[in-house]
Amino acid sequence: MTTTTNGDLRSGQTSGLGHIMPTGVDTSHGPILYLEDIGVSFDGFRALNKLTLTIETGELRCIIGPNGAGKTTMMDVITGKTRPDEGTAYFGQTIDLTRLTEPEIAHAGIGRKFQKPTVFENLTVVENLELAMKTDKRVRASLRAKLSGDDLARIGENLELIRLESEAGRLAGVLSHGQKQWLEIGMLLMQEPKLLLLDEPAAGMTDHETARTAELFLKLAGSHTLVVVEHDMDFIAAIASTVTVLHEGSVLAEGTLDEVKGNDRVIEVYLGR
Amino acid sequence: MSAPTFAIPGREPLFGGRGWTALVAFVLAVVVVVPALFLAVPESSPFHLSAYFVTLMGKIMCYCVVAIAMNLIWGYTGILSLGHGVFFALGGYAFGMYLMRMIGHEGQYQSDLPDFMVFLDWKSYPWYWSFTEHFWYSALLVVLVPGLLAFVFGYFAFRSRIKGVYFSIITQALTFAFMLLFFRNDTGFGGNNGFTDFKQVLGWRVSDPETRATLFALAGLYLAGCLILTRMLVRSKFGRVLTAIRDSESRLMFSGYNPLWFKLSIWTLSAVLCGVAGALYVPLVGIINPGEMSPANSIEIAIWVAVGGRGTLLGPIIGAGLVNGAKSFFTQSFPEYWLFFLGALFVAVTLFLPHGVAGWFERRFGKGAKA
Repeated sequence: MTTTTNGDLRSGQTSGLGHIMPTGVDTSHGPILYLEDIGVSFDGFRALNKLTLTIETGELRCIIGPNGAGKTTMMDVITGKTRPDEGTAYFGQTIDLTRLTEPEIAHAGIGRKFQKPTVFENLTVVENLELAMKTDKRVRASLRAKLSGDDLARIGENLELIRLESEAGRLAGVLSHGQKQWLEIGMLLMQEPKLLLLDEPAAGMTDHETARTAELFLKLAGSHTLVVVEHDMDFIAAIASTVTVLHEGSVLAEGTLDEVKGNDRVIEVYLGR
Repeated sequence: MSAPTFAIPGREPLFGGRGWTALVAFVLAVVVVVPALFLAVPESSPFHLSAYFVTLMGKIMCYCVVAIAMNLIWGYTGILSLGHGVFFALGGYAFGMYLMRMIGHEGQYQSDLPDFMVFLDWKSYPWYWSFTEHFWYSALLVVLVPGLLAFVFGYFAFRSRIKGVYFSIITQALTFAFMLLFFRNDTGFGGNNGFTDFKQVLGWRVSDPETRATLFALAGLYLAGCLILTRMLVRSKFGRVLTAIRDSESRLMFSGYNPLWFKLSIWTLSAVLCGVAGALYVPLVGIINPGEMSPANSIEIAIWVAVGGRGTLLGPIIGAGLVNGAKSFFTQSFPEYWLFFLGALFVAVTLFLPHGVAGWFERRFGKGAKA
């Protein structure tokens, strides 16, 4: 049994016992991600407050905002880590993200990079990419899994893209901070996601690495949809078409970088005078 | 397409040449050499091995398997169980039921029932003793009872995402609860005396040297089998997923894996391996009682693995061998100091050999020590 093709279960439905059914994302009406009136509270603190956000297919969207604005919580809601108290979250037209688990959402086509680079430190770079690769990820399949020539070619291409060819056989734990960031991005790409959520992807990178990251993101936009949370304004200027500013759990402003930079409220709460 | 410039995961050989040689030598030793020195060499010869020695080695080999099972769940997957003794003991009790039945009328009271049931004035076997007079049924129980307990317990614990020290504490509670249950006479497993005074197994007299040698060889073969199984699992993608669970479970979930089933598989397998080890242990040692389920016993299993080296292939065997070898020496020569020694050993290993003996070897002498 393979799960790489669409099963006859409807999107968003699971086959019981947590087995993961793949779901195709339907973006025929344009947007790939709808968040509407999302509310999340932690012990009385409203992390997200009627957050409404729409991301168009193929877009490269930057999210900025002060600490505590709800950027990471928003990613948690989209990836199934946090269940919203209210509101709706849809991936494409049909997939209700509030009803799926993290692995199911990953299979549906959403990849996530954490703020702190998170890789499997005791596995080699190649093994990290191998585990991330889109395939049947259930126990039985993993016992018999063998890498095909195509798989190896994909891993090879990816290594080239993230410039870790010379580190392929090293443990991920010994990589530099920037290299770990790259490896995690490479792992996301191995998942072949439609939507990539990237939490501060350029943090801890050298200027040169940052420039190359920006280059990569621009290349991915169009065929992928990217949502990038960043603080580095130069990086944002290099990649963003649309910027969304979050503040106290809801959208404060949205527009081009110049538009939001000129917005009085944004200057007040985030950019400073 | 050019050939990959990197080592392909999962394509390395199961064992190196030296690894296979060592494995074959070990199998020959347990199947041929030791039984021959024990059975065929006269007692007057300096090469003769005593029944005490063979039993002790057999017992330690059973413990080695328990350590291997512990290493699968703790060393490779990062889940510390402090209740593995319960699976070992349940396997032992399951097979012990068959051994009790095989006593037949040779007991003190020459009854159809085991002595402890006569003592309780029971007239017939309770329902859960049904069919245990059949070897195959008891053998099935040896696998099913620890396996089912682990599966059900693990399902609820892992589904609720209970992790780290909380999981360890619950496993301590599990083994403690079972110990109290088995201490009760009414439970029907012999209370605090447990099962003992076995007479025969599959028609062989338990006290015969030949039976002892056979059980010893079986324990050795089982140990070798578990070693190969571990290596096969670790080399597969499944094994790499286990390491990924240890390193970063959330990364794994967002990569599309459901850790629940991976944890549950390795946890249940680990319990079953322990259960079978317990079933080999009981006829060899001749007794099983609820003391095997004491929380301290399960903690000791973790110490074996820590001493030998977590997440290494041979570490658990080295650890279980060293600690139990030292234990039998100390409990004979300086019985009152054994626990002090065990404590000191654990502190010393934590301070000076954080990766255990095998980990130290690997770091000191490179990859050569691995296979």
